[in-house]
Amino acid sequence: MSTRLSRGGRLIDRSATCRFTFNGRSMTGHPGDTLASALLANDQLLVGRSFKYHRARGLVASGAEEPNGLVNMGSGGRFEPNQRVTTTELFEGLEAASQNHWPSLEFDVGVVNNAVARFLPAGFYYKTFMFPRPFWKHVFEPVIRQSAGLGKAPKDRDADRYEHAYAFCDLLVAGGGVAGLQAALIAGRAGARVILLEQAAHWGGRAPVDGDVIDGKPAGQWVDEALQALAKMENVTTRARCMVAGVYDHGYVLAEEKIADHTPGDGRPKKRLWRIRAGRILAATGALERPLSFAGNDVPGVMLAGAMRDYVVNHAISPGDRTVVVTNNDDAYRTAIALKEAGLEIACVIDARAIVSGALPAKARAMGIRVEAGRAVVKVKGGKRVTGVAMGLQAGEGAVLEEIACDAVAMSGGWSPVVHLWSHCGGKLIWDEAQAHFRPDATRPPTNQDGAPMVHAAGAANGALRGDAALADGARVGLEAAQALGLTPTAASPTAEVPEEAAMEAVWIMPQGAGPQLRMKMWLDFQNDVKVSDVQLAAREGYESVEHTKRYTTLGMATDQGKLSNINGLAVLAKSLNAGIPQVGTTTFRPPYTPVTFGALAGESRGEIFQPLRRTPMHGWHEAQGAYMEPVGLWRRPYCYPRGNESHEAAVRREVLNTRNGVGLLDASTLGKIIVKGPDAGRFLDMLYTNVMSSLPVGKCRYGLMCNEQGFLSDDGVVARIDEDTWLCHTTSGGADRIHAWMEDWLQCEWWDWQVYTANVTEQYAQVAVVGPKARLVLEKLGGMDVSKETLPFMQWADGTLGGFPVRIYRISFSGELSYEIAVPASHGAAFWEACVAAGAEFGAMPYGTEALHVLRAEKGFIMIGDETDGTVIPQDLNLGWAISKKKADYLGKRGQERTYLASPDRWKLAGFETLDGSVIPDGAYILAPGFNANAQRNTQGRVTSTYFSPTLGRGICMGLIRGGLDRIGEEVEFNTTSGGTVKARVVDPVFYDKDGEKQNV
Amino acid sequence: MRYSGFRVIAEALIGHRGWKPIWRDPTPQAEYDYIIIGGGGHGLATAYYLAKEFRQARIAVLEKGYLGGGNVGRNTTIIRSNYLLDGNEPFYEFSLKLWEGLEQDFNYNAMVSQRGIINLIHTDAQRDAFTRRGNAMVLNGADAEMLSRDQVRAMYPFLNFDNARFPIKGAIMQRRGGTVRHDAVAWGYARGADSRGVDLIQNCEVMGMRIENGRIRGVETSRGFIGAKKVGVAVAGSSSRVMGMAGMRLPIESHVLQAFVSEGLKPLIDGVMTFGAGHFYVSQSDKGGLVFGGDIDGYNSYAQRGNLPVIEDVAEGGMALMPMLGRARLLRTWGGIMDMSMDGSPIIDRTGIEGLYFNGGWCYGGFKATPASGWCFAHLLATDTPHATATAYRFDRFLKGLMIDEKGQGATPNLH
Ligand SMILES: Cc1cc2nc3c(=O)[nH]c(=O)nc-3n(C[C@H](O)[C@H](O)[C@H](O)COP(=O)(O)OP(=O)(O)OC[C@H]3O[C@@H](n4cnc5c(N)ncnc54)[C@H](O)[C@@H]3O)c2cc1C
Repeated sequence: MSTRLSRGGRLIDRSATCRFTFNGRSMTGHPGDTLASALLANDQLLVGRSFKYHRARGLVASGAEEPNGLVNMGSGGRFEPNQRVTTTELFEGLEAASQNHWPSLEFDVGVVNNAVARFLPAGFYYKTFMFPRPFWKHVFEPVIRQSAGLGKAPKDRDADRYEHAYAFCDLLVAGGGVAGLQAALIAGRAGARVILLEQAAHWGGRAPVDGDVIDGKPAGQWVDEALQALAKMENVTTRARCMVAGVYDHGYVLAEEKIADHTPGDGRPKKRLWRIRAGRILAATGALERPLSFAGNDVPGVMLAGAMRDYVVNHAISPGDRTVVVTNNDDAYRTAIALKEAGLEIACVIDARAIVSGALPAKARAMGIRVEAGRAVVKVKGGKRVTGVAMGLQAGEGAVLEEIACDAVAMSGGWSPVVHLWSHCGGKLIWDEAQAHFRPDATRPPTNQDGAPMVHAAGAANGALRGDAALADGARVGLEAAQALGLTPTAASPTAEVPEEAAMEAVWIMPQGAGPQLRMKMWLDFQNDVKVSDVQLAAREGYESVEHTKRYTTLGMATDQGKLSNINGLAVLAKSLNAGIPQVGTTTFRPPYTPVTFGALAGESRGEIFQPLRRTPMHGWHEAQGAYMEPVGLWRRPYCYPRGNESHEAAVRREVLNTRNGVGLLDASTLGKIIVKGPDAGRFLDMLYTNVMSSLPVGKCRYGLMCNEQGFLSDDGVVARIDEDTWLCHTTSGGADRIHAWMEDWLQCEWWDWQVYTANVTEQYAQVAVVGPKARLVLEKLGGMDVSKETLPFMQWADGTLGGFPVRIYRISFSGELSYEIAVPASHGAAFWEACVAAGAEFGAMPYGTEALHVLRAEKGFIMIGDETDGTVIPQDLNLGWAISKKKADYLGKRGQERTYLASPDRWKLAGFETLDGSVIPDGAYILAPGFNANAQRNTQGRVTSTYFSPTLGRGICMGLIRGGLDRIGEEVEFNTTSGGTVKARVVDPVFYDKDGEKQNV
Repeated sequence: MRYSGFRVIAEALIGHRGWKPIWRDPTPQAEYDYIIIGGGGHGLATAYYLAKEFRQARIAVLEKGYLGGGNVGRNTTIIRSNYLLDGNEPFYEFSLKLWEGLEQDFNYNAMVSQRGIINLIHTDAQRDAFTRRGNAMVLNGADAEMLSRDQVRAMYPFLNFDNARFPIKGAIMQRRGGTVRHDAVAWGYARGADSRGVDLIQNCEVMGMRIENGRIRGVETSRGFIGAKKVGVAVAGSSSRVMGMAGMRLPIESHVLQAFVSEGLKPLIDGVMTFGAGHFYVSQSDKGGLVFGGDIDGYNSYAQRGNLPVIEDVAEGGMALMPMLGRARLLRTWGGIMDMSMDGSPIIDRTGIEGLYFNGGWCYGGFKATPASGWCFAHLLATDTPHATATAYRFDRFLKGLMIDEKGQGATPNLH
């Protein structure tokens, strides 16, 4: 039984209690508890079920490496799956529930998988479920998918918010143990800007738990003093609860800070995501203890020795009344001693080493603890809880010498440095035979943009496991890092008193000669249920690369990403292959170090502010009028302005007819406006556009086309010559940013010596199109400028004052009607729009939206970028040859267009189409050709590009591409429909309305 | 050794001692008729079909690392044939049909899972474009369906339909699209090739090509020279480097693409979903992890790791689409090197060097192509003529203006 001890617990505050629930049962703990320690205090050893066999699972670890203690936490918008109990701080009202079982944690039917485990070895699914074929889709996979996953997926919108923060520093120290603190002190004193981050809520790492003495003081006191010293340095920032998740190229670091994780709903963000540019990174991330592989090492009650020590010392937890410690090293004796000192019984220390000689074992023996050398745990007894262990010889095959009753087992297979941050950007590792682990190879660090080392490893993370060694290593590497930054740091040499330890001995299987029956019960990956026998099977089947084994067995792919299982697994693999561990190598360490939530990564970019919303100055007016808005890139534009119960369709018809017969107003502010200026501007535009812009007289406008280098049409618009060396280029609404970037690309990369300057002034101006036969009347009503045909003819522009507003009027038309596009400074946009609405009232002016805009232009056969073009269409396909200069030596796309296929007469070209019955041809339809293709489907000879109902003509109109283009006028063709039928139509001129263009010219 | 459920049971009764290695570990011969460089999905499939369908022998696959360690083992496992253009659609539909019988063909369960793929629609213009795509697919013998907003809601009620920045208006769906267990594809082809006598040679990096009088004679490798009558290159992200050994410059750039997986969750998303407004796509694996990805990183690189901005971008897309995802966690991120071609479409073609053939330019979409790519490359190697569905994948298409540019982005590989 696990309980709370009556004394001790360096992190808990016994003066207060927190109430919480687990699977609906109420329990209590203290501030300073983790959810894990609080569960243990309430004798809740069973915390979950494993993934594949649904075996009972108890806590094994006390930190980020915990593979079993994952719970569903909270509810509603604060529900959180797979919450790791060992790193969850307890708070009042916490609700937790165990995962992956049905109907309950204690009685889970999924455990049948365990009973038939031998039929489900690693990778069995690759060899089965193939016949009959439909069974996979309809039977096997649905069943497999139903049992997938651990935690439930959250259902409700996340109720919390998250923030992003940025920082810069000379040295980022990851890990607030003694090595990290020492390094930060040295670099901080030398004047470096230091950021020191610790993932836990408390500082000091292992040293205070292990009872180390530093500079004559208890380690805890030394840690407090170090923190106080750091707090006094202005150039040093420290943050607890901040996990360094990843190291990226060029010293870029990702860290996740918990803010309101343990105080939910207090108004603060739940998490803060840090992005830090660091000159150097110092990884003082400590080491993780390895389990030992003996049969039944997964039974609840079997725990890592270091973790058990954490629970006793930090939280005053008794893991059980009678504990067996099993080890291959001296460190685990600290656990035996700590338990004994807490008044608990140690049944025995089972030490795999034949000779046990260190100071710690001596102390244990002196305390009366039974120590058995050269022994092994043959098997752990118990199902949902340890009841005892069978002991045998480590050198043997599993014959039981003695059964020892106990209710807890502490195991230690040695320690492995946390090398993740070292490895993320390619730092190499070296195999340390003496300590049986991989540690950073200082001669092959990850390098930064200058080729200099980017990450330094220090302390246990560097293989300096013992407290004194870690401290000294922190001092040494801190000095080295500060020097590398060009500073002149002062060395420090704190001394730590730590008992001498005898050498550990690598033990990968216990007992060494264990047969298949035992190996089938030795767990490597507790969450994913990967056992020693699975890795051996993978090796036997030829999945010899460590990556093959990982992928075949799923070893190390669980939520802990192999923190506990990797080294043990690859040691078993190496042995099966008769290869050395370094030859087998490790799998790749990938960010994040521990999982990071989507919420934190996304920050504020979600919901309606997921991406910026661009609004024209008139946006508010449109919304107030009840306009139906649609997204156009980042803009939102009125699609139409329905009146009362009017349908969108009816509104569009009304708007089109009103514009054709009276006058309409369009908010054209989104239209791209780019100023191109400079002595070489004309020459530049002649390269950019297919026609000549340099010859355009000041005061005039010209329609132009832009192509990419391949020759495909990419944008169009009207260009106005403002003065001798200034042009204003209108682009499509969606194209402004792209075209501006395109211009800069050429200016910066290719024609960098041309004197041309560009400015995207799209948002500096609001633009109103006043369109229709009565347009001039509206402008005259506003008054202030002569807008007659003579003074301001078609394709000219003029500056002036209209209705008191400073304006520039362009006489251009995208509708075929008499049309003025009037630009005003954006700050006047809303007022000017309202002035236009007021002036237009007596002429029946109505606003129209984007859909009417589309219909109006299609009636006139004007192309629209994105409808008639898709990146595979050249201007010639659209009968726009007239806008391509034959005289110019070059323009972007010219050579592309000369290629054989682009010059081929077989290309699909623009024409108009009208159905025989006046109906509208469906969008996206293809024009069918005689005959069938290899798939027994009809051949094609063209397709729809734009298709609308024309209110003006009272029938469907369609633009499209067809082989032969205008040569086919008069022919009858068939379009397909999505329902499988066809629609008959006649090929016609694509200009459906006012073919001679008289109306725009009045 | 044939795999089946009975075999697994029989083996279980004898402690799984009877399983044999899935493939041999041969030492390289002095010469082969065919050398395939690259033990990824495409290289292995090529060898498999060369041996099985085209009855060729003396074939070796040379892999610099371990089989399946490249992009075939890093991708997000989506298969589909929802292409638009004539050069592509018949080929990808051929591939999808091959997927549909693959496991029975190579006797390995690759978990071909046709749970459907949907591309969400947010604007009218997108609906028109997807309708066109759907028509193109149907006219090429594939399946496509337009879904209304309500139909999408019935499938995935948790999507952000209402207060989203980009409201969801519907979707295009290909029911035969889905996912396949990526490693199993590599292993299944490898096993099938090995059992037909193909030598799979791992840890064998090609470091040079021996070319005499315009003809390939063999390759220099980290395990010595190996002679060959014909050499087929299928090295995906390493295409430019390997073809550089033959003095060729390719219309290809190398870029990093990242992929991501979340912690395991109980079933949430049945099929595959793409969100164009934020560039985010997602499916859920049979183990419960959400597998997702987004844009390529945007800079040229050969390092198989990505950078932070794209990770955030993708998480933002995920949160915008599925607002409840905030508390689910990202477990692992990784990257692969994409062979991004100038028009976003692949190349399966001969080269100017006799006996040297190239297969590459798959961008981020070559996993779904694996069976057809292998088949068509084997066809080309064995018969010296392109397969009927791969006639457009030629080098000279850039010269002639026959680009197959699905996205219409032009010669900007990082935008395809
Ligand atoms: C993150 C990510 C997500 C993706 N998602 C999808 C998806 O959802 N759907 C989809 O269809 N596609 C996807 N792809 C693309 C797809 O994975 C690739 O296009 C495809 O796998 C490439 O073909 P391959 O399998 O032959 O390549 P690889 O597996 O990369 O094989 C190439 C092999 O060549 C070897 N090689 C290289 N140089 C040499 C040399 N000199 N000598 C010997 N061997 C060499 C490499 O080691 C490698 O094993 C994705 C890719 C990535 C990285």
